[in-house]
Amino acid sequence: MRNAFAEAFYEAACEDQRLCMVVADLSPAGSMEKFRERFPRRFINTGVAEQAMIGLAAGLAASGLRPFAYTIATFALYRPFEFVRDDLCYQNLPVTVVGMGAGLSYSTLGSTHHAQEDVAVACALPNLTVLAPCDPAETRLCTRWCATEARGPVYLRLGKADEPDLTTGADTFRFGKLRYLQRGADVCILGYGPILERGRELARRLEAQGESVSLVSAHTLKPLDVEGIVQALASHRRMVVLEEMTPHGLGLRVKAIAHDCMAWARIEAFALRDEFIHCYGTRDDILAAHGLGLDTMEARI
Amino acid sequence: MNLAAELEQNQHVGVAPTAALRCQRYRRRILEMSQQVTALHMASAFSCLEMVDVVYQRLLRPADVFLMSKGHGCLAQYVVLEDLGVLPRADLDAFCTASGRLGTHPDIGPGIHASTGSLGHGLGIAAGMAYATKLQESGRMVYVMLSDGELQEGSTWEAMMVAANLGLDNLVALVDLNDFQSLGRASELHPHLYPVAEKARAFGWEAAVVDGHNPDAVCAAAVGRSGEQPFLLAGRTVKGKGVSFMENVPIWHYRSPSPQEYTQAMAELGGNPFPENEGT
Repeated sequence: MRNAFAEAFYEAACEDQRLCMVVADLSPAGSMEKFRERFPRRFINTGVAEQAMIGLAAGLAASGLRPFAYTIATFALYRPFEFVRDDLCYQNLPVTVVGMGAGLSYSTLGSTHHAQEDVAVACALPNLTVLAPCDPAETRLCTRWCATEARGPVYLRLGKADEPDLTTGADTFRFGKLRYLQRGADVCILGYGPILERGRELARRLEAQGESVSLVSAHTLKPLDVEGIVQALASHRRMVVLEEMTPHGLGLRVKAIAHDCMAWARIEAFALRDEFIHCYGTRDDILAAHGLGLDTMEARI
Repeated sequence: MNLAAELEQNQHVGVAPTAALRCQRYRRRILEMSQQVTALHMASAFSCLEMVDVVYQRLLRPADVFLMSKGHGCLAQYVVLEDLGVLPRADLDAFCTASGRLGTHPDIGPGIHASTGSLGHGLGIAAGMAYATKLQESGRMVYVMLSDGELQEGSTWEAMMVAANLGLDNLVALVDLNDFQSLGRASELHPHLYPVAEKARAFGWEAAVVDGHNPDAVCAAAVGRSGEQPFLLAGRTVKGKGVSFMENVPIWHYRSPSPQEYTQAMAELGGNPFPENEGT
């Protein structure tokens, strides 16, 4: 996803010279290096100084530029949190904060590097748009939107690398709208980010049991497509919400919406535990430790 | 045209006595406004007032920007902006009321280029603005007012480091060295933070220390900088400057004067205690 992001950013930056990149000591691989070589003055590295990264981005945006602030998600959002809140959101400036390696992408680096609450934290901030694409292609579309359409601050949540394609044949991407990757009639699996790959596996297993399954990317978490969720609740017997985030996110929102619209669909919400997991291993290992193994989930549905 | 010559053009003849009278008038206006709220930061505004006045009256050119990073001193900014016709008198009269738009910290809007109030934010934003100026080749200068308490924020030093390394020679940070923070003397709490100018130089800035209540000294230091690095201008000031019982007394960081104190302060500032009889 980071490569897809860097490519999309590079393409947009070639068209619009207001786009600039502020990073905090993150290695500019791939197209990011291409951007730095071609537009060295528009690439700013503040070093290990995330508060300066956000403050600087605010000053650039206040002067008519359209900066992206880019580093590992925990350091993009948590470390300079009050700067995101006051400098970007309070002043409503068009800065895209890119949280790379969100969720459990950095599985072996431990909880200091796990952005496991970022969506809940980001969605709590007024004026902040929150985007979480599910695969590289959707990352390109979200990046493009941030570069060309955003009028205020955005938190763009990315995975890391080697995510599979999930959106071939999907509905057209529309900002603020649920995106059906496949349509079914019985079960709706709704999620965001690279964990939707697990959603696809779950869909295969449910289909093997004779269920007709929808798979939906909620790439825009704020503003959330409430109307789309109401429709999904009305047109499916069961709703499965899947997120690589503590249980303060989409699952809660879907349940609240279901209550408000008096939906009768059964809702099963899967999320990370509200815990710091003190174990290491692959992302799959940590997801399993949080109760998000495929077998565990299938048994609960 | 070099910077010094450009600024020379903006200067008025015999400006110092005028500035002193003007700042007394500003202090009286702040005192008037103090009667509208129970908590404000008038002593913090009094300490930086001459420096704010110099920036607006003598240094700032039309496209230049000034940020009040020490947002709690914003009364100083409001009264100068009122005097310059940027903020209407009605806005200041409605200070901290439901019908107004000005509070005890500045909020982005006409004449106010950044929403501050939380310390340690202004220098980073100012550095971004100064860098944008480089990209846009607009020649704009960015001035920012910091407090000495604000130098205790790590983010200020992040921005200090980044600004020097980006070569932001169009950035001037003024520091209101009044030596007070909420709970007492800053130099007693953190003696090793001083001398401030030396720290700034170690971070790659040019720096000077002047009497922050002497407009000519402030102006001369700003105009006389080399213009090759970001410039830190530390002004030694007195918190609560101008009113005897407020000077260097920590309670006046927040407190609003009682009617009796108001009358006494107004007399000390050479003003009429009945503000409706005094034009601004």
